[in-house]
Amino acid sequence: MAERTQKQKPTPTRTDETVEDAPAVTATGDKLKAELDDLLDEIDGVLETNAEDFVKSYVQKGGQ
Amino acid sequence: MAIPKVCGIETEYGIFVRGPVSDAVSNPVAASSMLINAYLSANSRKVGWDFEDEHPGMDARGFSIDDLLAPEIETHLVNAVLTNGARYYVDHAHPEISTPECLTAREALVFDRAAEEIVRASMKAAAAMLPTGAEILCHKNNSDGKGNSYGCHENYLMAREVPFSRIVHQVTPHFVSRQIVIGAGKVGCELSGATSADVPFQISQRADFFEEEVGLETTLKRPIVNTRDEPHCDPDKYRRLHVIVGDANMSETATLIKVGATAIVLAMIEDDVLGDDFALANPVAAIRQISHDPSLKRTMLLRDGRRVTALELQWGLLERARKYEQMHGLAAVGEDVGRDVLEKWEFVLAGLERDPDSVAHQVDWVAKRRLVQAYAERHEIRPGDSRLKALDLQYHDLRTDRCLALRVGLDTLVDPVEVENAMTNPPTTTRAYFRGRCLAKWPEHIVAANWDSLVFDLGRDPLRRVPMMEPLRGTAESVASLIDESDTPAELLARLGA
Repeated sequence: MAERTQKQKPTPTRTDETVEDAPAVTATGDKLKAELDDLLDEIDGVLETNAEDFVKSYVQKGGQ
Repeated sequence: MAIPKVCGIETEYGIFVRGPVSDAVSNPVAASSMLINAYLSANSRKVGWDFEDEHPGMDARGFSIDDLLAPEIETHLVNAVLTNGARYYVDHAHPEISTPECLTAREALVFDRAAEEIVRASMKAAAAMLPTGAEILCHKNNSDGKGNSYGCHENYLMAREVPFSRIVHQVTPHFVSRQIVIGAGKVGCELSGATSADVPFQISQRADFFEEEVGLETTLKRPIVNTRDEPHCDPDKYRRLHVIVGDANMSETATLIKVGATAIVLAMIEDDVLGDDFALANPVAAIRQISHDPSLKRTMLLRDGRRVTALELQWGLLERARKYEQMHGLAAVGEDVGRDVLEKWEFVLAGLERDPDSVAHQVDWVAKRRLVQAYAERHEIRPGDSRLKALDLQYHDLRTDRCLALRVGLDTLVDPVEVENAMTNPPTTTRAYFRGRCLAKWPEHIVAANWDSLVFDLGRDPLRRVPMMEPLRGTAESVASLIDESDTPAELLARLGA
């Protein structure tokens, strides 16, 4: 496939962003991890209390 | 020249009732009816669906399977048309909303979001009728983890003259590979013999349920390309391609790309510029292989002997789409919307290639996987644990205080005001406008409606059927002032010359 050899993106916009990100990868990685931790904290408060029962009883009829 | 890709999304929602209710209420057909009726009585008079022109047994390959295999039309179940032009009904024990006909993918996104809000409003209205402690849950997903699947279908208008075999061969590679962008993710696997250890997480909710390349079935032996030939419009000019192979999306970006990229691929097929380069040797095997490989590294065999990853296949389609944009323009899908779709499609593919987590705010399966993996790590949970399946389900939970998809930072593309407006007002761009406006203005005079006609009762026999065989006639531009200036439907019909 011709497309395979010329796999560069048609416009270079994403390449610029990638170059910017590279030196700051640790900072971004930490920030993402912190976001995720906050998210997990929030989710713990929202999750179904009895996951096993809920999952077991969740049955649907086949549809289209 | 490709014709406008008028489109729509039909979603079957999961439904689950718990608490102190009788079996008669908790059975999903009854619960779905109650859900819909609760919404209708809170909002509008019910208008019945008119089944006269429904022929789901018609097969696009040129024969009719009316006798044994045609899906039943359940005329006795709740079935309503809404003032936004949508259809809200019970289908195979699920509440289902079919959006009105939309002109662009962005419009389809708005009305898909409106459908979610209609279901949320229905849950609220139904809760008032349930005994204390009972609850109705609805999920915008496609799998119960127990071998049952229900669909999120798309519909696209195409020119009848395009040979169906060309559509089948040339859209299949996109249908098989697009899941890397639009897959909703799933904890576990439905195939017999596969354990949670084999497939702890996969990209698509639906992939495991597809067993054929092409066919009429929708409830078993599901085909990647569905041959249902029920255009609901002029059958000599048009085909409605009924697509059953997608996941329901919580991410607005995913919904936009799902419909938008597919519309562009279909326009390319219609203009016969796509060709057979991307044909897969074994599409059914490929759709599962891709789904079971969140690393995105697995290659698929093409008919011509080359091996490509799903990502490479999608890049190939995108690059063809870019060329098509330059050569033909994107009028068939809306120039602005088309441009936006291509940009977002590219953004997602580039992100998936660089680091999938970088598109966690656009791609449902990535957002879900991130959540599931982080949760499993924090609580030291192994694959197969119910808590991970519960996370999967709750990602799609339509209760706003419980929905995990609302908490993972997904990008929103549509203003909530626009969504709220779309719950009761139809698109201005298609025949849905005529349907929705008439329903809103003269509900007591419309005895029945379906996609391609309205039946008026003018107070004197006989009933008057107004055919709506052209999806792009009956727009605001052509009928708004006619409707505004008519006090009665009789006046309207006189003005229409009907």
